[in-house]
Amino acid sequence: MLVIKGLKAKVADTDKEILRGLDLTVKSGEVHAIMGPNGSGKSTLSKILAGHPDYEVTGGSVEIDVNFRSKNLFDMAPEERARNGVFLAYQYPVEIPGVSNSEFLRASFNEICKHQGADEMDPLEFDDFLKAKLKFLSMSESFISRAVNVDFSGGEKKRNEILQMAILSPRLAILDETDSGLDVDSLRIVSEGVNKLRTKDNALVLITHYQRILNHIVPDHVHVLYKGRIIKSGDKTLAMQIEKHGYDALIKESKESKESRESKESKEFMAPGEHGN
Amino acid sequence: MVDVEKKPLTPSDAQLSNREYKYGFVTNVEVDEFPKGLNEGIIRQLSAVKGEPEFVLEFRLKAFRHWLTMPAPNWAHVAYSAIDYQNLRYYSAPKKRGEGPKSLDEIDAEVLATFNRLGIPLSEQKRLTGVAVDAVFDSVSVGTTHQDILKEHGVIFCSITEALKEHPDLVRKYMGTVIPYKDNYFAALNSAVFTDGSFVYIPKGVRSPLELSTYFRINAAETGQFERTLIIAEEGSYVSYLEGCTAPMRDENQLHAAVVELVALDDAEIKYSTVQNWYAGDKDGKGGIYNFVTKRGLCAGDRSKISWTQVETGSAITWKYPSVILKGHHSIGEFYSVALTNNKMQADTGTKMIHIGRNTRSRIVSKGISADQSVNSYRGQVKIMASATGARNHSQCDSLLVGDQCSANTFPYIEVKNKSSTVEHEATTSKISAEQIFYLKSRGIDDEGAISLLLNGFCKEVFKELPLEFSVEAVRLLEMKLEGSVG
Repeated sequence: MLVIKGLKAKVADTDKEILRGLDLTVKSGEVHAIMGPNGSGKSTLSKILAGHPDYEVTGGSVEIDVNFRSKNLFDMAPEERARNGVFLAYQYPVEIPGVSNSEFLRASFNEICKHQGADEMDPLEFDDFLKAKLKFLSMSESFISRAVNVDFSGGEKKRNEILQMAILSPRLAILDETDSGLDVDSLRIVSEGVNKLRTKDNALVLITHYQRILNHIVPDHVHVLYKGRIIKSGDKTLAMQIEKHGYDALIKESKESKESRESKESKEFMAPGEHGN
Repeated sequence: MVDVEKKPLTPSDAQLSNREYKYGFVTNVEVDEFPKGLNEGIIRQLSAVKGEPEFVLEFRLKAFRHWLTMPAPNWAHVAYSAIDYQNLRYYSAPKKRGEGPKSLDEIDAEVLATFNRLGIPLSEQKRLTGVAVDAVFDSVSVGTTHQDILKEHGVIFCSITEALKEHPDLVRKYMGTVIPYKDNYFAALNSAVFTDGSFVYIPKGVRSPLELSTYFRINAAETGQFERTLIIAEEGSYVSYLEGCTAPMRDENQLHAAVVELVALDDAEIKYSTVQNWYAGDKDGKGGIYNFVTKRGLCAGDRSKISWTQVETGSAITWKYPSVILKGHHSIGEFYSVALTNNKMQADTGTKMIHIGRNTRSRIVSKGISADQSVNSYRGQVKIMASATGARNHSQCDSLLVGDQCSANTFPYIEVKNKSSTVEHEATTSKISAEQIFYLKSRGIDDEGAISLLLNGFCKEVFKELPLEFSVEAVRLLEMKLEGSVG
């Protein structure tokens, strides 16, 4: 579904390197959690996958499956990525005054229908479709007519992102700190919404600081991102370990292993015949 | 290395210059024209060439003598160098062959082709159904469609020149009553040298069977266009009128100074819509039309209603305040406006609502969009006279900024002399941001779709007031102007 190899990226027009060789493979039906301390590059990763122009990719590759074929993500403009099933739930959803949620969602939905050769929906048809989705996510119908994210509470904004996800049924959804700023009840509601949208054909990448959302959306794999690289991967117990001991222990461990790896690499250089063990 | 296509979030020169003005062509046509300059001789000549009754010439001369005493106004938030009125031509018209065209099919082929190209076919076979069109080319009306159908209903729709010949008493009764020639500098100038425009008369109790529309085309260089339009709606009548306008692309500025007067008697309703797309100059602000216009409606009768809807997308400078005098009790005045400026355009536009009658109501919805280095100002006056017991006004003025070099201003003037009235004013300023565009793109909507969605969202209260086919056209016009300024 998603194969990231050696991804390097910096803030556009600067030398500020953020991702320094990131590898990640996500398969259909899987849920991956990416955790890490502040500034590790988590949100940058999500924005790069969506195609945000503030970042520049300087190395590596990202391939995604489009119609059972692997495609270079960077060959696609942001809107094409969305049309091909890549979805980013924003950490800070953007407010769009004057544009109602239903107009916005219908425009978005119809673009995706058009791309996939399906019939577009007229406003009445879409209204029914939207109402069904709201019901499915236990959301109020007031979301239909309100301007996109304008005067929404933090929790409402996050739920509105999940509503978009429900409307667009992406194959790959990246949830960027969807849990941040949510109280316990909102977190539960949002998580329930996400869980309802999981199928064996789609995949989720959850980007988060905290383990608590993972109590609701249980990941198959947990990765720790630090300084633009994944330093450790494991199952859901890794998240619990982090919750208990913090990132410091992992970071220390990774530094040690990196040092030993580097010294090993230098040995390999000295004796090229010995690698493989 | 990986190739990442990066689209800049700021406009580049290349993108800006791509925004073509597709109406900027010039028609080669033989003309009858006056020499440049303005004096009483020119005015007498103008009156003679139009074959006007004597009272019109008197009106013109009075206005001219008064205009000479007036200073040009300088209170608007626009900057331009003084206009040399002696260096302008005050009359230019396609040459008449013999007696002139007897029917629309006899109009000069070049002129006909011009209007075809502008999407306004005039010939009997191709003319638009559902809309009667008066086509004004420089200083003259070249033809009016569907007059026969209108006549059956007693509706008069013709050029003001024709009206002065055929219905002089009617014109005399109303012309200059809503906008006296002393009203302001440009109204005085127009009263002296007006050439053509439309005349509409809707008899008592009649609902006009067609939409009425006038299309103004400037073609000749170094010539001013002085439109004069008068619409009278008798008791209980209704009319919807629209005007459109375009001009060639030229490096010199050209003046369009119009006077439009509307009169609505008891229970009458006039809906007046404008889609203004004069040439606005190039990206450096060279050339373009100076659109200095006085438009005012008089709700003379009780329960009458006048509604102005304007979509202003062109002109180098716009100076325009379509207003309503609410004299009749329970009368209603409305002003819906979208004004878009880009490049170096300047707009100072708004409205005046003068409440005189009891329980009069007015509503103002103004949407200003400024992009590039343009300056866009809303200027509005709400005046509640002592007699206007129970009057109500609501004003909503929203500004949308695109980029960081443009400016938007709001100048509301509110004067209330009756304690029982209610006046409300709301204003907002927002910005189309690169983040908004990206958000929409990440939901599968491309640049064009994103701009369209944002524009429609911002302007929908105004667009829904336009006749449907014009609303689609207006949106397309705005989108075209904004492409390249965002995203």
